[in-house]
Amino acid sequence: MNTADQYLKTIFLVQRLEDGRASTGELADRLDVSPASVNEMIGKLAERGLVDHEKYKGAKLTDDGIVRAEDALQTYCILERFLANVLEVDEFRDEAKQLEPVIDETVAGRLDLIIDREADCPDCFDAETDACKYLEVASDPEAVMDD
Amino acid sequence: MSLAARVDSDTQLARLLQIGVVLEEVVEARAHRHYRTLPEAERDDVIEALLEEASEESHEHRRRLENLIDDLDATSVPFDEVKELVGNQYAKTKPEDFDGVLYDQLHGEETAYKFYDDLIDAVEASDAEFGVDRSKLLDTLRDIREEEARGVEEVANMMEERA
Repeated sequence: MNTADQYLKTIFLVQRLEDGRASTGELADRLDVSPASVNEMIGKLAERGLVDHEKYKGAKLTDDGIVRAEDALQTYCILERFLANVLEVDEFRDEAKQLEPVIDETVAGRLDLIIDREADCPDCFDAETDACKYLEVASDPEAVMDD
Repeated sequence: MSLAARVDSDTQLARLLQIGVVLEEVVEARAHRHYRTLPEAERDDVIEALLEEASEESHEHRRRLENLIDDLDATSVPFDEVKELVGNQYAKTKPEDFDGVLYDQLHGEETAYKFYDDLIDAVEASDAEFGVDRSKLLDTLRDIREEEARGVEEVANMMEERA
């Protein structure tokens, strides 16, 4: 997944969590990059009509941005579910984050042929735990068990 | 986390090679199923040869990837497991007809090409020392990528001839 899509996905999730615009600081924390890098990328995404940015208020996805972000989130969900269910990786969230820049959406689409996703994917993605709500997160005993 | 497409560790590399193995296994398992489920009227020697060749090539790619995974002291993904998963989802994802079978083969080869291409870039972008010899790794991945490119061309030509 390219860098722009990783940003769009993150803005989408922060917007959902905050119920409002995504601040530069929050995006920098989540993406583990500097605020300057965030501002630079937000500027590029705004030029491409994917993000609406207001100084001191933060970034908000446009309708086109939401479509791209949902596709990116779906790619990420496939990767998480593949790692958790096929390769049986306990730390699937950490590994999905490491691998997502190298996994293209067409590759994820192929992996999707062998996993069983829920019909509400990617809406079932929980921004707080950073995982599909149906996947059991090792560190969270309250998490809902996968079927 | 890193936003850059770069392989930084043996664990990450082994995981990506495992993904490569699974992509090959999916091609191999689906090729078997495609032929078995094609209506009698649509079966012929050409499609049989194509699917058999695709299946053998994926098998060979898998073997080469598994050698690299062994060098990294990691384990591969058993073919039987992936075959079963392909089987479980096949009814929902199977091609409708002969053209669909060719398209699925084309898509499988194109996806594999894209995967190896991105993986090679990600290895080249990294200065990390891996538990596997870097030249052996890159040579293997480049060879496989080349064969995937040839596979794409063969299927595309066949589709054109049949159009």
